[in-house]
Amino acid sequence: MAKLKELAAQKERFVGGHRGCAGCGASIIARQVLMAAENPVVVGASTGCLEVFSTIYPYSAWNVPYIHNAFENVAATMAGVEAAYKVLKAKGKISKDLRFIAFGGDGGTYDIGIQALSGMIERRHRVLYVCYNNEAYMNTGIQRSSATPRGAHTTTSPAGKVIPGKLQPRKNLTEIIIAHEPAYAAQATFGYWNDLITKVRKALDAEGPSFLNVYAPCRLGWAYAPEKTVKVSKMAVESCIWPLYEYQDGKYRITIKPKEKKPIDEFLKMQGRFAHLFKWKDDVPIKEFQEEVDYIWNRLLKRSEVL
Amino acid sequence: MIVARTGNEAMAEAMRQINPDVVAAYPITPATEIVQLFSKFVNDGLVDTEFVPVESEHSACSACVGASASGARVMTSTSSQGLALMHEILFIAAGLRLPITICLVNRSLSSPINIHCDHSDTMASRDAGWLQIYTENAQEAYDTTIQLVKIAEQALLPGIASTDAFIISHGMERVELIDDKEVPKFLGERKLNYSLLDVDNPITLGPLDLQDYFFEHKRSEIDAMDNVLPIIEKVQKEFGDKFGRYYPIVDEYKMDDAEVAILVMGSTGGTAKVTVERMREKGKKVGLVRARVYRPFPKDAMTKALSKPKVVGVMDRSDTMSTLGGHLYNDARSILYKSDKQPLMKNYIYGLGGRDISIEEIEAIYGQLFDIQKSGEVDKDVVYFGVRGE
Repeated sequence: MAKLKELAAQKERFVGGHRGCAGCGASIIARQVLMAAENPVVVGASTGCLEVFSTIYPYSAWNVPYIHNAFENVAATMAGVEAAYKVLKAKGKISKDLRFIAFGGDGGTYDIGIQALSGMIERRHRVLYVCYNNEAYMNTGIQRSSATPRGAHTTTSPAGKVIPGKLQPRKNLTEIIIAHEPAYAAQATFGYWNDLITKVRKALDAEGPSFLNVYAPCRLGWAYAPEKTVKVSKMAVESCIWPLYEYQDGKYRITIKPKEKKPIDEFLKMQGRFAHLFKWKDDVPIKEFQEEVDYIWNRLLKRSEVL
Repeated sequence: MIVARTGNEAMAEAMRQINPDVVAAYPITPATEIVQLFSKFVNDGLVDTEFVPVESEHSACSACVGASASGARVMTSTSSQGLALMHEILFIAAGLRLPITICLVNRSLSSPINIHCDHSDTMASRDAGWLQIYTENAQEAYDTTIQLVKIAEQALLPGIASTDAFIISHGMERVELIDDKEVPKFLGERKLNYSLLDVDNPITLGPLDLQDYFFEHKRSEIDAMDNVLPIIEKVQKEFGDKFGRYYPIVDEYKMDDAEVAILVMGSTGGTAKVTVERMREKGKKVGLVRARVYRPFPKDAMTKALSKPKVVGVMDRSDTMSTLGGHLYNDARSILYKSDKQPLMKNYIYGLGGRDISIEEIEAIYGQLFDIQKSGEVDKDVVYFGVRGE
């Protein structure tokens, strides 16, 4: 358990003054993840919101070494950084014990970058990959991704007269990563900051590749007031839209179990991207979404119980 | 030590002796052998390299960028589609001024798919900001690989050393190897201004660079290209002084009194040299210019070489698809625009997809150039040599 007092006393590694929106989830994640790291870190970011708003030359929000290469290749880039570290350390050119963190949005992680990520984990590079998952391509102006939930309005899955937003369910990337048998994998969100920080520490301590899928409410793309960001993050957990769990050594563990599982309506109602669902001719889209959430939650409960 | 080696083996030997910190690579015909041989060196403990067997060439180039930015000496190898898949990251490596070296085998780009030699792969990447040196034989491939690491690190530019698919990559030749201990001595350590791994002095690499600064940064990259030729000359001379093999920027062969000449790249240079010798025996004043360093384009040395003969036939193993002929031809014509000694010039696109070029065919080209010299006219600027129906 991290102590808030200690965290607050730390020197900031991701500083303010950047161009993130008010209420931006991604920037909170970058700050909390770096706060959690107990060793010096080297950071990579894929092209996306975080990269754009944190490094508009000649300014940088990063108080740690940082590299941005391209959109789909942060995992490969950081694999190269880690490889260089291993050999230069073996040659005695580096003495410090460093950790490596890659940040990518859901576009850079679920979609265009999944190949490089799969390769990085399969080759067992000791890198923590953090997906700040805001469930659409926000940087280019809110287009659907494979992380976008069914029913959500995006600019390429608009709420239309005959089609109510995105039709397909979300890809379950966390499970795809778990199938790679990483040293550590988890879902988190900043509303439960201590849970996130604990998971970052576990991931960085794990001797091998690790992955965190961090739910990142986006006030612009999800259409809610900036001050609601943390509330939306918490409601995602309470409604089991975003279960908080971890996987290590073959074991699943739910880290935060909601006291009372709320219907997804309470989460959906907070956001403009789902507003059309409540005006739709029937309740089928919401019902199907609820069934999907229940199915995944129940499966997770079973997996956690069995083990 | 004198040994028999294919071009691929020679390049792999060079990599073993260079002993780079990181190699991230993905196999592709006909460059696969380089990666294969190098993996064996790694697993036999002959090098200290961290080998990253990536899942694509895109990731190969991306991992090279990460490793090079971390201060490592970094190499990779690829060909054709592999280089095309790296394309996006080639520009990033150059823009970040990372001295990565690629041992490349020139193979045609699909479609139609083909595994044999032409220069369409590297030509498609000629504007990426990488040094490009095309070699004529296995010896030159070996020597150039070693030289290029040093050139790249001094210029802070990435570079490609290439051989022709199968003709050089798989052709067994006599190669003189340098003593293992001498190569690291020749190269020295990579000097670093910055490193990602220096956590006490954090840097931000690859920031968003908008209208206010982008142009200046790009201009400084062009500056580096502008200033690299003296570095190449210096390293080539150091190499020659130490190991006895001297290389020019532009390879001139029997040009001093040549009436007609051809301009070529790669392995065809060797075939053309034999042709020149045969024709010289018959009293024909023919010469040869081989573009060894292609990026940057050595304007002065090339202008000097091409100003000597009356007629130049430019042989391109690639086409620009612009209806204006081949890449080398366009560059050569461009630099001679202001020359007061413009030769008549004809472009021969040849050998696409690995179609062989023989001594007799090159002799026929020289014959056509003599006809042009006689008539003083070029009937057709661009011809496709050795293709059916032409």
